[in-house]
Amino acid sequence: MLLRVERLQHSYCKAEILKNIDLGVERGEVFIIIGPTGSGKTTLLRLIGLLEKPTSGDIHFDGNRVSDSEEQRLAVRRRMAMVSQKPTVFNASVYDNVAYGLRIRKEKGASLHGKVMNALETVGLAGYDKRNARTLSGGETQRVALARAMVIQPELLLLDEPTANLDPVSTSHIEKLVTDVIKKSEMTVLMSTHDMYQGQRLADRMGVIMAGEMLQTGDPRDVFNLPQNRKLAEFVGVENIISGAVVSNKEGIVDIKVDGAVVEALSSLSAGAAVYACIRPEEITLAKTREPSSARNTFSGEITRVVLFGPLARIELNCGFPLVALITRKSAEEMNLQTENRLYASFKATGVHVIAK
Amino acid sequence: MHEIADAFVIAIKMIFTGDPEVYAITARTLEISISSTLIGALLFIPLGCLIYFNNFWGKRTLISIIQTCYSLPTVFVGLLVFLAFSRAGPLGFFGIMFTPQVMVIGQVVLIAPIITGLTISALSGVSPAIRETAVSLGATRFQAVWLVLKEARYAVLTAILVGFGRAISEVGLAIMVGGNIRGFTRVLTTAMALETQMGNIELSMALGIILIVLALIITVLANKFVKGKEADAAQSRAPTA
Repeated sequence: MLLRVERLQHSYCKAEILKNIDLGVERGEVFIIIGPTGSGKTTLLRLIGLLEKPTSGDIHFDGNRVSDSEEQRLAVRRRMAMVSQKPTVFNASVYDNVAYGLRIRKEKGASLHGKVMNALETVGLAGYDKRNARTLSGGETQRVALARAMVIQPELLLLDEPTANLDPVSTSHIEKLVTDVIKKSEMTVLMSTHDMYQGQRLADRMGVIMAGEMLQTGDPRDVFNLPQNRKLAEFVGVENIISGAVVSNKEGIVDIKVDGAVVEALSSLSAGAAVYACIRPEEITLAKTREPSSARNTFSGEITRVVLFGPLARIELNCGFPLVALITRKSAEEMNLQTENRLYASFKATGVHVIAK
Repeated sequence: MHEIADAFVIAIKMIFTGDPEVYAITARTLEISISSTLIGALLFIPLGCLIYFNNFWGKRTLISIIQTCYSLPTVFVGLLVFLAFSRAGPLGFFGIMFTPQVMVIGQVVLIAPIITGLTISALSGVSPAIRETAVSLGATRFQAVWLVLKEARYAVLTAILVGFGRAISEVGLAIMVGGNIRGFTRVLTTAMALETQMGNIELSMALGIILIVLALIITVLANKFVKGKEADAAQSRAPTA
């Protein structure tokens, strides 16, 4: 394990920013910390990047505990590099910016030149070497910052919301760098983002941080589909979170009573448990008539709102309880869906994720 | 008005015909002011860094005091240096009263607050993110401070230039501790004061023009130097084989 964080706690004045964080990052993986703005992502990365000292808790790098000794902190810091959300470039040429980390490591001559030119090529800024870095656009600046960090071949690359302030084209450019280049060079990446979908696209593993607490870590698919509590479910984009209670459990299939209807789902919880039934909107199919199907849950409802966006349509229904379905725009148009239409909404018992209250 | 214009014309002639006394005074002036500015820069830019990059009790008060000392009267500094270096003073054993050396020391004292204070302002103009970025890329404390200083180079240069301007233009200190000794401690400002009193308006005017032109030339050169460094840095990409 390259990085291990144990019981990390940090406060500014009296405000507790991070609470008891445990985290492990394996060599060579892309680990993404995901969480809403203000959840403590930046603070966590700054502590791991040894830019600040935690109030309490330990950071282990490559098997060694990082102590308070400035000498040791510098030695560890030299094995990592950090790119911040709002990258700062030095008032110098793009070339000198990228060369900085190498120069302070006493690298010079042809080897320095080769590495810098190579890094500029990699981030797509070949030919920009003479430009003053202060004259670049936001996306270009972020790429200079990435090149400047990557060129020193850090064992651990820390990226703090590298795409938070960028347009979609620049964002996909940066994402491509992370997936193609950094993975190939076997760097370990610890990145933060508030964008759940970006986390999905890039992460080998992810951790969700909310209000200073690491609530869930694991495979992105698990985090996405099996959130452990209501807050997480909301954050990962589960729009249908229906409150109810288990009325029966027959061999792992539960009936959950919600606002006058019964939802079938898979769960180990027994009768009487108060739960939330979570259904991702894309798991729901809509039909004009009630047709026989394998889906265990079918409800009749009235359309309250239709929102078209891009290739998708978001349909809000009232089935006694509110339900949101996500279908393609084409389907919505072919079925001629309008508000006040009555419809049947179906989803499988396996499409329901049950969270105990 | 006529008189001033005539004086001006004669002054220009004097400068271009190469009056040896005018040139000697000019050389001595530059020698003293440049020495004191360089010594001041070497001592007080680092002091400014030390104050800016460390947190200690009374830091803000100290900075306020330094800023107040920007306008320290030159005659007051002259008096202090005089008391210190006169034969009976604590530093009298150096025996350098009424020499160019003591004038340099006096000017260094005079410009110390300006260079220190303006260095602190120059550094506060650089975003703290610059230093942090350097540290995150593995810079040592010294390397990070050096980078911030480089980012602030124009403002630091201004600090040096303002210091030089004060050193070359002051007259009280130069008379009090230098003594305006002809061919030894006589500088442009003290010579002007003397010649004006003696009625040699043309000579005085010539000295004044030289003083202003010198200040202009040095400012232009210093700006060129900083800009040139920048161009060099951009072109030094090619590896030196």
